[in-house]
Amino acid sequence: MINFGYSIASSRAVNLDTCDFDKLHQLENLAPSFKRCMNCGACTATCSAQQFTSFNIRKIKSLYQQAQYDKLAKELEKCMLCGKCTLVCPRGLNLRPIIMNMRKILNKK
Amino acid sequence: MEKRYWNEYQKEIADDHYFYERSCIRQTFFPGSEAAFLRMMREVLHKDIYDEENAHTCTGIGYHSDFVPLETTMTVVARLFALMTAKGYTNYVPSCVTSFGIFSEMVEMWEHHPELLEKTRENLYKATGREFKIPENIAHPSDIIYKNREELKKSMKYQLVNRFTGKPLRVVEHVGCHYAKIFPEKGVGKSEFPYVLAGMIESWGGEVLDYPERRHCCGFGFRHYLLQENRGYSVANTKKKFESMEPYEPDFIVTNCPGCAMFMDKWQYTIAEMENKTFDKDGYGIPVLTYEEMAGLLLGYDPWQLGLQLHQVQSENLMNKIGIKYNPDEKYCGVDGKILPSPEKPRVLKQ
Repeated sequence: MINFGYSIASSRAVNLDTCDFDKLHQLENLAPSFKRCMNCGACTATCSAQQFTSFNIRKIKSLYQQAQYDKLAKELEKCMLCGKCTLVCPRGLNLRPIIMNMRKILNKK
Repeated sequence: MEKRYWNEYQKEIADDHYFYERSCIRQTFFPGSEAAFLRMMREVLHKDIYDEENAHTCTGIGYHSDFVPLETTMTVVARLFALMTAKGYTNYVPSCVTSFGIFSEMVEMWEHHPELLEKTRENLYKATGREFKIPENIAHPSDIIYKNREELKKSMKYQLVNRFTGKPLRVVEHVGCHYAKIFPEKGVGKSEFPYVLAGMIESWGGEVLDYPERRHCCGFGFRHYLLQENRGYSVANTKKKFESMEPYEPDFIVTNCPGCAMFMDKWQYTIAEMENKTFDKDGYGIPVLTYEEMAGLLLGYDPWQLGLQLHQVQSENLMNKIGIKYNPDEKYCGVDGKILPSPEKPRVLKQ
């Protein structure tokens, strides 16, 4: 086998037709303000956890909206629930209950 | 019947007296194509076309890879226009689709920002002592072939028909992104329904395939390819396109862009080596031709003079389908008639 120095990158396209949106609907029922998120990233910019870890709340929300739940539960453990994101959110999202409910739904067996 | 407005769109293509500028990468990978185009223009269409020997890069690859600044590109383009002006021509014909995009872009910028044009004239004069006129018409060679496709057909010995089944050959047409995606009005049929290659295929007896990723990038992407670590994205693009066209069983692919022809051809080898996967039934790969090679084959030009042996995917099966006569012994014959050594055969792709 020839070593080309690269491999064929796998596609990162998300096929929304084959996604399971149950967990998203559950979250939207428990924390309706989640629907208003426009992924501006103000939450991430002010986040204390992202200063010291790879925690990125905007990315987590975005992946959750696209029903890409893998590894999110582990990632959400990094949040300290300080609530600074809620203070800066231009759409008035209530981030703490959103994160708490995400954890609850994702950890449900 | 639904009205197809795009079908009515025809760009202005000059009739005669062309100034031809050769491409950088086509001369390396498809050296027979440009010679075939000039031969068609002179011997079949009887047009006046000047083949400029002092032409140079348009900076396209460097420009789109973000390491040649805009001012440099403008001055280099101005020098090419100065060569045209010095020879007394006004119709510019760049062999490469990227050059075509670059020229269209620079001329458009000069129209909107006359101060940039003045600055470019000054830069060129200081650097070379040359002056230039903006071409009256910039047309890609595929536009000219498209315009004269019926005229060429009269001299053609073959058609795009499978001689065993009598059915039209199934052809994938791939139009380079810089042909009409930058300035839609510069391309025949605009950007969403470019008809330049489809028109040739239909006129010459073939069937154009419509498949989901028909307008997807070939995978070149300039800077996406230049760094070895990034080439995985480039080859992934090509793979996506081939996976999409595979169920339609194309007989061959025709492109009007040097990058597309090169990448869709060479990446078939890479994908085959990496994943043992070919996109045709028999494991030979899908031949990728330039439009000049397609026209040249149908006109009865010697396939080895056209340079088909320099492609990664070989075209013997396609030529057998059309019924084109060729001498296999002359495949690797040099200019002086001496037989050159054959290249090493790929592990997976059959030849």
